[in-house]
Amino acid sequence: MSEQKLQSQTVQTTGHAWDGDLQEFNNPLPVWWVYTFYATVVFAIVYWTIYPSWPWGKGWLGGLSDITYVNSAGETKTHNWNTRALLLEDLNQAAVAQKPYFDKVSGMSYAQIAKDPEMSGFILSSGKALFADNCAACHQAGGQGVVGFFPNLTDDDWLYGGSYDNIHQTLVEGRRAYMPAFSEVLGGEQIDQLANYVAKLSNIGHDAAKAAAGDALFHSETAACFYCHGGDAKGRKEIGAPNLTDNIWLWANVPTASGEEGKVAAIRGVIANGLNKGVMPAWAGRLTPEQIKVLTVYVHELGGGQ
Amino acid sequence: MQTGLEDQLGLYQKRIPIFTRSVKGRFRRFKTSVLVLAYAIYFLLPWLPWTRLDAPAQAVLFDVPGRRFLIFGLTIYPQDVIWLALLLFIAAILLFFVTGLVGRAFCGYFCFQTLWTDFFIWIEHEIQGERPARVRLYRQPWDREKILKIGSTHALWVLASFWTGISFVAYFTYAPQLLADFFSGQAAAAAYFTVGILTLSTYAAAGLMREQICTYVCPYGRFQSVMYEPETLAVHYDARRGERTLGRAVVRAGRGIVSERRRVDTHSGAPVAVERRQAQMSAGQRALAERHEKGYGDCVDCGLCVQVCPVGIDIRDGLQYKCISCGLCIDACNTIMDSFGFPRGLIRYDSEGNLAASTPAAPKLHWKRLKIIGYGVALILMSAYLIYSISTRGSFDRAVNQIRQPLYVVLSNGDIRNRYQIRITNKGAQEQTYEISARGIPEAAIDLGNFREIAIKPGHSGLVQASVRLPPELAMQTRRFEMVITPQGKPAEARTETVRFDSPGQRL
Repeated sequence: MSEQKLQSQTVQTTGHAWDGDLQEFNNPLPVWWVYTFYATVVFAIVYWTIYPSWPWGKGWLGGLSDITYVNSAGETKTHNWNTRALLLEDLNQAAVAQKPYFDKVSGMSYAQIAKDPEMSGFILSSGKALFADNCAACHQAGGQGVVGFFPNLTDDDWLYGGSYDNIHQTLVEGRRAYMPAFSEVLGGEQIDQLANYVAKLSNIGHDAAKAAAGDALFHSETAACFYCHGGDAKGRKEIGAPNLTDNIWLWANVPTASGEEGKVAAIRGVIANGLNKGVMPAWAGRLTPEQIKVLTVYVHELGGGQ
Repeated sequence: MQTGLEDQLGLYQKRIPIFTRSVKGRFRRFKTSVLVLAYAIYFLLPWLPWTRLDAPAQAVLFDVPGRRFLIFGLTIYPQDVIWLALLLFIAAILLFFVTGLVGRAFCGYFCFQTLWTDFFIWIEHEIQGERPARVRLYRQPWDREKILKIGSTHALWVLASFWTGISFVAYFTYAPQLLADFFSGQAAAAAYFTVGILTLSTYAAAGLMREQICTYVCPYGRFQSVMYEPETLAVHYDARRGERTLGRAVVRAGRGIVSERRRVDTHSGAPVAVERRQAQMSAGQRALAERHEKGYGDCVDCGLCVQVCPVGIDIRDGLQYKCISCGLCIDACNTIMDSFGFPRGLIRYDSEGNLAASTPAAPKLHWKRLKIIGYGVALILMSAYLIYSISTRGSFDRAVNQIRQPLYVVLSNGDIRNRYQIRITNKGAQEQTYEISARGIPEAAIDLGNFREIAIKPGHSGLVQASVRLPPELAMQTRRFEMVITPQGKPAEARTETVRFDSPGQRL
């Protein structure tokens, strides 16, 4: 039935005839296509009216719609609709949503935060983002640091102390590690003796005779190592002088050095050349006090604190 | 060679309107009961109340902002998406299974396009009358009667479409509140948008496009065709019986009986016995015998099977891609066969193989095929797993992730420390406290900070950091240990997670 119907619908011509029999097909577009096209035209005009569209003078037509948001300071801002304003709106919405938590953080003591499961969850997620944005460039994503450059925050050795207050001070004021280059005052033989002594402190293979000489040198006024590292070589947290008797290595890359000789050589390098590269910037002014507080708890949590 | 203009076919075919005649019968009754049941569920389910502590009292609620589906006593969270995936797999396999057995049964009886079109045709029928009346109305000029009847039909269609949209949205928010908000302009923009789209699409699909959706738009109809096998039952016209040698013929009353009398005269049998036999034969049987003798088939060419067809095809042309196998032509033909006293089943559910066989048997379900059994087994296995998975679901979800940056830390005294993040999600209806412990390592080795126990609100997650510290010798021996999470007071629901412990120099 439908086949017959189809047969009867032949193509029409425009009715013109040239050169006697030359005719022109009239193949109109399908009705649905034409109306869809008209609909897109109408849509485009509506779109221009609502959103930024044509260049106009030195600027552009802004469109009728705009974006209004309340920023974290409580001010209402209105922009013409554009994707940058959309981003600002999103950022401010996030900031407004986080504000109650940050307000709560600033009103709580460290001990209270540590015991509150909801706040701990907030610190873990917001602290992770803050750490990734500000700290991970040096201390790495997980806080594991880089031996020879940036301290590991996940171990239990805290150069400047691992209490909440110590960490907070480190963040606010920054730190600067310094050790003089002993090649200027000591001979190579003496530096080698000191290196063997430091290896002995950490139970690494060493030359016993050199280590004994190094022990004397360590506690003598000539090298005066004990001024900073202490008589027991366990360091002084007030000035960030590291404990030399534990298994943690920051500056001398002992863990990956091969063989006893290599490990001692790594220690020798640090004693000879000293250190003037351990700089932690001060974050006061760059981060808000609430953000610093969140980071304090987050970093404390990384290594378990002290 | 260019053909003449008059031979060129138009590429666009205008829709030929279909006016279906209503019919009574087994398949019509089945279709109506499916329609009533499906509509009862779809339109009433969002209004079914269900008492809940922490959510609106609605039995089925897809709480998108709350990221959970509430289905009677079951709460489904995004992490249970595997159930949805399984459900979709089961639905797909069920479609393959049924199509392999009885053809496009989904299309003909269960598809929402079929249901809504059926309902819209019913509205059309109630207002404009039976097929001849509707054809007359279609042809008559736009007078008062036509405007009123066509107008009210479309108005009712729009109303039905609108309520379809409202009911859909009611599944996503508390229904009574939605209704109040919707008509006072307070509902969410998404609600108005969704109702608008669904009203338009339902009106267009079930009112205006109808069979064109099945023919041109729907992909399922197309790929169901490839699942047909010679043994698959489908709606078929028995051409051998219907056409015989001379084809169809319209019935003329009384001819059958005359023919029988003549036969008695020409044959030299015992007239009394023949007449007794004829007395036992019904008028229909006699008429049929006469047709067969002349070479005519059983089809009386009444055209009713074409008139009732919702997709506008003639089933007597054979199995075709437009057929949604709704069975209405079977009902129509059976009605006619009954009225003539001919046996039923000229159009029936049968298989292509059986119809082509030299001695056709009675149509029956051929399920002993590798494909059907395979689909059946897959269906049973997946359904069983889904039911098992839902019925043995835990009251909480947990994930224990080892912190991988760094994998391990060497501490100042040489001990090795690994850290873990434990996330517990309370899927129950009450606040619950969870206890965390470790198995396979010394008790003092695990440090959970302040959270050896953590209380979590329903639907919420809690995050706990655990650090495990082992002396080097023990660390080298410990490759794995177990974290045990126990809901307080419910030791039976405890769940164990095996986690790795890494230390320097350790090789797996």
